[in-house]
Amino acid sequence: MTTGSRAPVIEASGLSLTFATNDGPVHALSNVDLVVEKGDFVSFIGPSGCGKTTFLRVAADLEHPTSGTIRVNGMSPAEARQKRAYGYVFQSAGLFPWRTIEANIRLPLEIMGYSRAEQQERVRRVMALVELEGFEAKHPWQLSGGMRQRASIARALAFDADILLMDEPFGALDEIVRDKLNEQLLDLWRRTRKTIGFVTHSILEAAYLSTRIVVMSPRPGRVTDVIESTLPPDDRPLHIRESRDFLEIAARVRDGLRAGTDDEV
Amino acid sequence: MIVQRIASGNTLPVLAVVGLIIALWYLMAIVLNAPWAYDQAGRQDTTLGFGELVAATWSQDRPRLPAPHQVTAELWKTTIEVAPTSRRSLFHHAWITLSATLLGFAMGTVLGILLAVAIVHNRAMDASVMPWIIASQTIPILAIAPMIIVVLASLGLTGLLPKAVISMYLSFFPVVVGMVKGLRSPDRILLDQLHTWNASEVETFLKLRWPAALPYLFASLKVAVAASLVGAIIGELPTGAVAGLGARMLSGSYYGQTVQIWSALVMASILAASLVALVGLAERVTGRLMGVRP
Repeated sequence: MTTGSRAPVIEASGLSLTFATNDGPVHALSNVDLVVEKGDFVSFIGPSGCGKTTFLRVAADLEHPTSGTIRVNGMSPAEARQKRAYGYVFQSAGLFPWRTIEANIRLPLEIMGYSRAEQQERVRRVMALVELEGFEAKHPWQLSGGMRQRASIARALAFDADILLMDEPFGALDEIVRDKLNEQLLDLWRRTRKTIGFVTHSILEAAYLSTRIVVMSPRPGRVTDVIESTLPPDDRPLHIRESRDFLEIAARVRDGLRAGTDDEV
Repeated sequence: MIVQRIASGNTLPVLAVVGLIIALWYLMAIVLNAPWAYDQAGRQDTTLGFGELVAATWSQDRPRLPAPHQVTAELWKTTIEVAPTSRRSLFHHAWITLSATLLGFAMGTVLGILLAVAIVHNRAMDASVMPWIIASQTIPILAIAPMIIVVLASLGLTGLLPKAVISMYLSFFPVVVGMVKGLRSPDRILLDQLHTWNASEVETFLKLRWPAALPYLFASLKVAVAASLVGAIIGELPTGAVAGLGARMLSGSYYGQTVQIWSALVMASILAASLVALVGLAERVTGRLMGVRP
């Protein structure tokens, strides 16, 4: 798992986060130890309330842990955020409705102070990367859900973050569109070699995309299994999902999920 | 073609409602002005048939309720037949009221936006100022308007500005309330998104809060511009009724000139409708520029 050339990008140890609610404390994360290495495609899977999204939000400095430590690129999440170390793709595309697609993708670049020419160049490049050429001047409402999500991914890729954190980005899309975007995402990961943290509900999606799968379970949110994928990272056509290796991985994820929730179902 | 378009659009229902209102107005004129007509007839020892009664109630010099054609005639006489610069011109009075309305509306809008920005960005402002803003609107404007005029006059300020201040007093309120809601309207996701890009408060305001608040602003401005006009008219009442639509209404009531009062009322309502329509136009143009879904 820790071969010499690979560097840890996200390191969590003893990470806990407890939300105080009216119904008493909710243990969203309990004593999570996890290392994500450079170039990994790590999926987080588990039922609602298992803390998969919370973990991503803590890494992104959108939530603050109650105890334990987490380092992102060797820095605290706040420092990593200020250094713009990661791009974050939310569950809904989160596009600004009054901006065209092009202007939406340009927004982080404007905020980060890139020159006008550089903005232009980067927007053009990432729009090509997610195959949205020709839709520059459209507004979000004029696009399909899948295209909106692609624009959102392009926006996260527009600046030079080498980490991509994705919180159920394809959760609201139908299966056909989701398959297509999964393929495109893998292709994109192969070309850019960014480190990707990917939250999902779908066993198929996790098994198809990931180099590692982190299985989590709720109450308290914790890691129950970490599965190394045996599939070749650079050659995954969609029909690999019918292979024996793939089905074994999927079965192990399913077992992990079942073990984590058995006590309460 | 044209007939079809009129029949299928808004025109027909609007015309129907206007027709109904005018019919009701004529009817009420008969009812309200009948006692005086009977009284007059009684003094001359004559009796009135229905036709004569109607004619009498629709043509009095100082009716309780002037008939629409009397108001129209008065409007015509005081707008088209006199030069707009004349002191007898209703346009002259409308402009005096309108200038105070527009100045007060502008001041109220700016004040309202500034207060809303402060309230949204500062917890102390939110807790301390909002109750006072609401309290300010519970004081009857008729009670406070003379105070404002007296206080400002003692500071040497007379004419346009005191009226505009009263106008502002009424118009800043809907703007504050609408803008506080509007500036707080962005989705959590969009705020989080900007946070991940390490955007500053100023950038968050310019790129997210302000554009997200614009639909709320326009809704508020429609209320505010009408309130501004009311404020300007009220501001003209305690000044001794020199000029303006408020002055026309006041002098009309001194001398029992109901036709004059009603023509000033109609002029004021035309003015208000035009102002609201202009804000609506600005809203549509802004919406189009922002690429809002039609």
